[in-house]
Amino acid sequence: MSGERILVAKVGLDGHDRGVKVVARILRDAGYEVIYTGLFQTPETVAAAAVDEDADAIGLSMLSGAHMTLAPLVVEAVRARGADIPVILGGTVPDHDLDELKSQGVAAVITPGTTAEDIIKEVQQVLDGTQVA
Amino acid sequence: MSSDTTSPRKQWEQAFNASPTRDAEFTTLSGIPIDPVYGPEDGDFPGQYPYTRGPYASMYRSRLWTMRMFAGFGTAEDTNWRFKEIIKAGGTGLSTAFDMPTLLGLDSDDPMSLGEVGRCGVAVDSLSDMEDLYSGIDLSEVTTSMTINSPAAVIFAMFIAQAEKAGVNRARLGGTLQNDILKEYQAQKEFVFPPRQSMRLVRDTIDFTSREMPRWHSVSISGYHIREAGSTAVEELAFTLANGFAYVELALAAGLDVDAFAPRLSFFFNAHIDFFEEIAKYRAARRIWARWMKERFGATDPRSMQCRFHSQTAGVSLTAQQPEVNIARTAIEALAGVLGGTQSLHTNSMDEALALPTEKAARIALRTQQVIAHETNVAHVADPLGGSYYVESLTDEVERQAEEIFAHLESLGNGSLLEGVITGIEENWFQGRISDSAYDLERRLNAGQRITVGVNDFQAGNEEDQIQLLRITNEDEQRQRKRLDTVRSDRNQDAVTEVLNKLRDEAEDPEVNLMPTLIEASHAYATVGEMMTTMAGVFGRHVEVPSI
Repeated sequence: MSGERILVAKVGLDGHDRGVKVVARILRDAGYEVIYTGLFQTPETVAAAAVDEDADAIGLSMLSGAHMTLAPLVVEAVRARGADIPVILGGTVPDHDLDELKSQGVAAVITPGTTAEDIIKEVQQVLDGTQVA
Repeated sequence: MSSDTTSPRKQWEQAFNASPTRDAEFTTLSGIPIDPVYGPEDGDFPGQYPYTRGPYASMYRSRLWTMRMFAGFGTAEDTNWRFKEIIKAGGTGLSTAFDMPTLLGLDSDDPMSLGEVGRCGVAVDSLSDMEDLYSGIDLSEVTTSMTINSPAAVIFAMFIAQAEKAGVNRARLGGTLQNDILKEYQAQKEFVFPPRQSMRLVRDTIDFTSREMPRWHSVSISGYHIREAGSTAVEELAFTLANGFAYVELALAAGLDVDAFAPRLSFFFNAHIDFFEEIAKYRAARRIWARWMKERFGATDPRSMQCRFHSQTAGVSLTAQQPEVNIARTAIEALAGVLGGTQSLHTNSMDEALALPTEKAARIALRTQQVIAHETNVAHVADPLGGSYYVESLTDEVERQAEEIFAHLESLGNGSLLEGVITGIEENWFQGRISDSAYDLERRLNAGQRITVGVNDFQAGNEEDQIQLLRITNEDEQRQRKRLDTVRSDRNQDAVTEVLNKLRDEAEDPEVNLMPTLIEASHAYATVGEMMTTMAGVFGRHVEVPSI
């Protein structure tokens, strides 16, 4: 797993950054190379950064309820750049949104209460292309 | 026995006898009479410096805490409806949650607002929304709290304009503006202008309210978000009080007399799950604030020394797994707030790990407070844990550790807490400490050293169907944009341009108080985004250096 690059990002206006920072540290301690965009990114700036940084995956953290609008826009912006970088969403996402997000191209959704071990497992499955769609 | 009439107990008795008593039966269920407070003749008493045991002599014997439920979603009309439901259900104060665009001073039709309008709170773009938000609610009777920070001066101006249009004089308005910008840079991260420019607006609101609005709390110095972002209880306490000292220094530097503004400062703390540590935190907060206000800032009015606070149960303690269990967590946390002597309380709803609360979930949360208030008898005695070896020892230790943090910040600011706090923000000191504490707790959880029921133990039941959640659709966003379109087309555009030009000119002169012009702009139906953009043209915008 070591050396794979993950761009973690906060998109939109949501300032809650506890989760993104904790997950970034979990992934870094697990041997991934982690790049954090900082707050208030747009789908365009995230996609551009992911391509520029040659990221192997994008991790979005969203706790404001805007995930249904913004997460698919990130997927779209990545694809518009001709890139094939999987987008993983983490945050307060109700079950009833999961199918729709997957159908819009989000590779995996990690919800509250997931242990560090399971986060790493899910991320690695996405990187390996073995996740259950 | 001493017959000294000036003994602490005698003084307390005099103050207690001069206080009103609410209508309740002050006995145990077995009929044993209950005193308003217990302790030795020469001990500490509530309502006496340093107020460890409570700011008032009679505490909940006179009046229960305000059951202040935080609400806001969708458009102003939606939230107005929820406010009225809260009042009908017995809530005694309102608390307004604004959506993310409003918190960041953006209009609902700003491209950055996409997907965020009305999601985390109510969307307010102009005076028109403010009018609908409080329509049919008597603002001279119900006190209102507004959780707003970067655009606090703007939203406050709109609130005043709205009340005046409804015929309520500003001097009669009672309530609280959060207006605590320092913790935004440290924890909540809804900032717009750079720290020093933001502090000018805080100064303007403190100055304005101290002169014109005697019933208004100008700043609610908030540890809640610091704790939610991952700090420890000690860090929450110390960072919050340090921010408070910074606001005091700010107002003193503006030439205000300490006793002219300090009585209108209030606090907002988290009520977390470590029961006794929370109670110790509140007791230490009162003692530290009293001592610093008296000894360091020269306050003489007891109200300047009394730390009065709102508390809210811990959002981060809620789990998405087995959400009904959150009702138990919230009840325990709320009890800590009450035993710690809170002046008002918000209880979170069981579904808030996943969404804004449904009406039913919010009602259960309010009912939890009512059970504590009316069934348990815990409100009959002030500071019932005072004198407990454990709680007294924890109170002392929390205080000692907080003082270490103040000493660090003071050295960072060369003797000034205001400079120390701003430097700590600019150097990412607070942000780093909070992230470290958050990660430390996460590691202990992952190592199984701490258990969260339903998350890393006792998972049976997790697979059951989810509870009903509130859904906010994109239609709310569309509706809000239409409302804003109407405002823009109906108003006198020349008047808006004129008042925004005046605002820009005044922003350039740091000596001018911007509140009167912000109120004028509100009356002209200038939008939040227009006023904030105008000021950003002068103040600049803050950008955080990202760090993990």
